[in-house]
Amino acid sequence: MTERNQAGWGHRTLQSLLLLYLLLPLAATAVYAFAGDWQDTVLPKQWTLEWFENLFQDTRFLEALWNSLYLCSVSVALSLAVMIPAVFVLTVYAPRLESLMKGIVVLPYAVPGVVAAVGLIRTYSGGPIDIAGTAYLLVGAYFVAILPYMYQGIRNSLLTVSAPELMQAAGLLGAGPVRAFLTVVLPNIVPGILVSTLLSFSVLFGEFVLTNMLVGAHIQTVQVYLSRRMGESGHLASAIAISYFAFILILSMVLMKLGQLRGRRVKG
Amino acid sequence: MDSRRRLRLERRRLLRAPKGWFLVKSKKKRYRLRGWLWVLGLVPFAVMVLAFQLAPVWSMLSGSFRSDADSRWTWHNYYTALNSPFYLKAIENSLLISAYSSLIGIVVGLVCAYSVTRFAPTVRDRILMLSNMTSNFAGVPLAFAYIILLGSNGVFTLLFREWGWNVFDGFDLYSWTGLTLVYVYFQVPLSLLLLYPSFYGIREQWKEAASLLGASSWQFWRSIGLPILAPAIFGTLGILFANAMGAYATAYALVGGNYNLLAIRIGSIVSGDVTNQPNLGSALAVLLACTTLLAVSLNAWMTKRSARYLTGAAKAPPRTGPVRQRGTGVALAEAKEGTG
Repeated sequence: MTERNQAGWGHRTLQSLLLLYLLLPLAATAVYAFAGDWQDTVLPKQWTLEWFENLFQDTRFLEALWNSLYLCSVSVALSLAVMIPAVFVLTVYAPRLESLMKGIVVLPYAVPGVVAAVGLIRTYSGGPIDIAGTAYLLVGAYFVAILPYMYQGIRNSLLTVSAPELMQAAGLLGAGPVRAFLTVVLPNIVPGILVSTLLSFSVLFGEFVLTNMLVGAHIQTVQVYLSRRMGESGHLASAIAISYFAFILILSMVLMKLGQLRGRRVKG
Repeated sequence: MDSRRRLRLERRRLLRAPKGWFLVKSKKKRYRLRGWLWVLGLVPFAVMVLAFQLAPVWSMLSGSFRSDADSRWTWHNYYTALNSPFYLKAIENSLLISAYSSLIGIVVGLVCAYSVTRFAPTVRDRILMLSNMTSNFAGVPLAFAYIILLGSNGVFTLLFREWGWNVFDGFDLYSWTGLTLVYVYFQVPLSLLLLYPSFYGIREQWKEAASLLGASSWQFWRSIGLPILAPAIFGTLGILFANAMGAYATAYALVGGNYNLLAIRIGSIVSGDVTNQPNLGSALAVLLACTTLLAVSLNAWMTKRSARYLTGAAKAPPRTGPVRQRGTGVALAEAKEGTG
């Protein structure tokens, strides 16, 4: 193991190069977002917060931000409300159906967003249920898009707290299944579900294909807004990109901390 | 009762036992009531999946076999997709850029993954965290960052012109080389993240044994190391390939609908930019889905294979804390492929 802990210069250089390569686009965007005048020097001549000021006074951006937050929250909430009972029931009462469930759940993961959008547009434009271009369609699409993360997260937390055994114990003590679920299982799986909730939220927040194709003409989210403004002002677009990234970064930091806490709890 | 029948009954009882035995023990009536209850829990899920997953898939599949002109059953859409030079070129372009970017991603990822396992776990996790963080930077923001760096008025483009360097002369971000470069960027972190755990399956003792028998480092990797890593490499290749095939946002953000890529073509047919041929669009979408499904199932198959190979040291970790966290990381990185 000692050899492993002392990586040679070759390895250090390689990893530094890798990180440089990976962080460079990010750094350039960040510098650009704060740059006043940046033409042909390594770093800008002046720095400014002008672009961020403009951005947060731009009502269309604020509207897009609101749309993003609102649509993602609604979809994640809906997914929680639908998935927790479903996965719970499958894990505890009908483990035989789990392989079927896995097949359903892995599909959105293997099918690209473009393909999903084609099917959704076909089904819901015209015909008996005409909800093309509305938020309803997008929420449905988002629900399917986060299925894999939600399923995995909820199932793992149920197995971690041994939900079937908890139900048995609660049943022995006289609690009915609904009461046992609400008062025993649910409080215990909340920390685990929190992680998959945040993960799903950040996935949806960065979603572009479905949003652009399904509702892009009517509803703009942060990603769609960014793609529309990219050609106009580089500085403004970098300010959007950096704000977006900062938000996602905070989300993933929280996610990681939660993961660590949980890991420690499971170990201890 | 003959013994075989008893054994079978006993086995059935044992199999059923952990699955909520209190249901079996309680009175028959209550059991039935609860049986009802659990089905109720599945209803909303079934409705949502049926409405937003299965119905669209069915509509797309059936539509792809219907003519755009008179909606009769036909193979014509697939015939057009696979025979028109335009769409054939789009398929070819998509396959090529996916193959190139995943191969480069695999090679870079492999080297970096080996190197990252040489560090102490804390340093390793920090490097992986940073690389993982950048995988959030996919799709539209990524395309934009590359325009800032290497676009026609990009920072590097201008700087190098100013300094008189001509390494980037003749480089065009909006060309195929440029697009491949951007694709590689989002493939590398994913490949690194998926590949590095398998390096822990190669034990130091094997290297020592090989070198005692006179093998050089190259010989060790060629005849022992790489064959052991092969399932992981091919599996990751599948994921990367599917990732690139489905990528839409990056190319779309770079030059709008101008690239002749399969995903871009499908997008513009369906959103009605060019022509109104929804059924042809469906056929192309089915073809695209087939390639990604194939690539992902290659990964599933390879994972099964490598699980058979890797024993002991390599299998032990996935129960402890830090690995749990890594699981989230993998999920997060893989999540980005939809936006890539």
